[in-house]
Amino acid sequence: MSVKRSLSRRNFLQAGVLSAGGLAGLMALGQAAVTPHVSASPPENGPDHQHSDGMHGAGDGAIGEVDTSRFDPFTYLYQFDTGRVSTLPTGQTLREWDMYAVNHEVEVAPGVYYPGWAYGLNGQAPQIPGPTFRCTAGDRLRINFSNGSDHPHTIHFHGIHPPQMDGITPLLKSGESFTYEFDAKPFGLHLYHCHTMPLKRHIHKGLYGTFIIDPPGGRPPAREMVMMMNAFDTNFDGENEIYSVNTVAFHYAKHPIPVKVGELIRIYLVNITEFDPINSFHLHSDMFQLYRTGTRLDHYEFTDTVMMCQGERGVLEFKPSYPGQYMFHAHQSELAELGWLGMFDATE
Amino acid sequence: MTAKQLSPAIPNWPQWLWWLIPVVALVGLVLIFVFTDPASVFTSDAPPIEDLTLERIQVTTTGLQVHLFNGGAIETTIAQVAVDDAFWDFSVSPSPTLARLGSATLTIPYPWVRGEPHVIRLFTSTGTTFEGDIPAATLTPVLGLKEFGAYGLLGLYVGVLPIALGMLWFPAMKRMGKRGLNAVLALTLGLLIFLLIDTFLEAFELAGETPGVFQGVPLAIFAALLTWLGISAISAQRGTHSADPAQQRLYISLLIAVGIGLHNLGEGLAIGAAFALGEAALGSFLVIGFTLHNVTEGIGIVAPVTRDQPKLWHLVGLTCLAGLPAIIGAWIGGFAFSPLLATLFLGIGAGAIWQVIVEVGQLLRRDAEREGLPLVSWLNVGALLGGIAIMYFTAFLVK
Repeated sequence: MSVKRSLSRRNFLQAGVLSAGGLAGLMALGQAAVTPHVSASPPENGPDHQHSDGMHGAGDGAIGEVDTSRFDPFTYLYQFDTGRVSTLPTGQTLREWDMYAVNHEVEVAPGVYYPGWAYGLNGQAPQIPGPTFRCTAGDRLRINFSNGSDHPHTIHFHGIHPPQMDGITPLLKSGESFTYEFDAKPFGLHLYHCHTMPLKRHIHKGLYGTFIIDPPGGRPPAREMVMMMNAFDTNFDGENEIYSVNTVAFHYAKHPIPVKVGELIRIYLVNITEFDPINSFHLHSDMFQLYRTGTRLDHYEFTDTVMMCQGERGVLEFKPSYPGQYMFHAHQSELAELGWLGMFDATE
Repeated sequence: MTAKQLSPAIPNWPQWLWWLIPVVALVGLVLIFVFTDPASVFTSDAPPIEDLTLERIQVTTTGLQVHLFNGGAIETTIAQVAVDDAFWDFSVSPSPTLARLGSATLTIPYPWVRGEPHVIRLFTSTGTTFEGDIPAATLTPVLGLKEFGAYGLLGLYVGVLPIALGMLWFPAMKRMGKRGLNAVLALTLGLLIFLLIDTFLEAFELAGETPGVFQGVPLAIFAALLTWLGISAISAQRGTHSADPAQQRLYISLLIAVGIGLHNLGEGLAIGAAFALGEAALGSFLVIGFTLHNVTEGIGIVAPVTRDQPKLWHLVGLTCLAGLPAIIGAWIGGFAFSPLLATLFLGIGAGAIWQVIVEVGQLLRRDAEREGLPLVSWLNVGALLGGIAIMYFTAFLVK
């Protein structure tokens, strides 16, 4: 990753070449003086401990457990909020949400606390990612948003709507409110996020969530889950230190997601990762149907890896063929080892 | 103005009270500050700054071991550890929470790769990160007879042998004329000036690695100042002109040996530490470089006594005084390197060298005056520059 490291390695190699050209007699001395373990060769090539337990094969890299009473990645995984439902005089279904934004600290890996900004539904705790909105194409959506944070915020929805409802303006200062109202279209998997400048900061601090518009008549029944690929710049150096799906590094690796062999699994996968140009999802031991953006009902591809730019999303469907543990993770190994790695546990 | 005019203004209280009043006032002021906290205006929302130092990284057969020091203003908790951008198992003893000025040992069972660089990154509970580099992983020597011998040999090659080699010029130097002898003293001055600057720079570089709370750079300067004043006081007490001139010149040689010895201690520390941190691949080249670099030191030490007949054991003693510290340095650097200790030693060395520059300068001036030769002659200036040049160019071998 860092330039510094590759530089130091290059210097080191150059120095090695220099020393190879040095005086042979003294080289022998240097060897004797500095590598006294040469004869005891095996440990010289690395530590002698074995990862026979497959600990790191399973990528269970972070030590300890997060406090799930504050934010439980399993609650988030399955929670879809359909809003307060009523019917308009026109017969159209109206869904309403009352939403706020506050400063909110989150535990992004066991013991590592991040000073985030979060959305929340009135009467519920703030959360990163924000609540998952769910509606059906053609519904009227009304989101009453009030800003309880000390910074200005907005909610910008993806999808088709009047530009006045796009969440660029008005910019809501602390204590101000606004109601976003529009019809849900097109069906598919969308997202919402704050669109206040500086945009990078408002997004990576945690102001984002998933927004699903079901097709009329819905999709086939399945075990559905939401996975938001996100990451955290914990030391504010403009690079992510911790990656995950649904905020907590390695959580689904430590606690595999239970599924059944043969049942249809549907993952609503969204990439909101800031700073890194792309993120990806790779499934082990099986392949999935990919519905890009979820805007069509015929699948786009049958694959085991999908790459996404920031803001891109896709609906993934698969049926586990065998019992056992199915790993999934970013196929950028670095992101996987920094927290974006999980497991399904398929049973009969 | 007389004391009589002043006295009515100051109450005639007992002396102890006058000593006490400022202390009481200070305590009062501190209490007011603590309880009213007027500075809260500045600190209300600012997170406290954490400052962890990875003091020493050891590569072991089971992974990596890091000695940590908390130089920050608050206690700090290690929450996670990543090696080469991958979160990894770890344990911290005695506790992952380090009190202010507290230290701890971090153990990471990481499968390091021989000869390759690794980066250790610590995450504190606030998400702040601290990094430590391993330039090229190789087993850190553990204290054993064989390792002790190997590092001792290293010190021998870097410290004792080059000085002894340099002294082999002593008979040749004795045959030089007065002008030649003065030129050798001027060359020694050049050498010492180079060493002074080199020692200070090295001290400042290591000062940068010490936890901020110890104020490494001022520490090095104060150590130098104290050493200089200390040796000056000793010399003054001894009496500069009372002793026999030959004794006096031997004394200056002794001072040079002590100064160079302290410098070599620092050099030994740096080499020992570099080898322990896995720069062993440079080893042979570094060793031969330092050997060549330090040969001039032997000439410098005997330069003041060339007109005398020092006994052999004097020369051996001077060699040991100047050279053996390199061995001690290599041991400390290899087995228990501490940037703080190294900064301190180098500061002391710089002070000693500065004192020696003053002494050699005076010796050169006295000799020149006595012999009616010019002090700042082309020959002397040339020799001084030559001394600096020799050190500068032989340093190419070790940079």
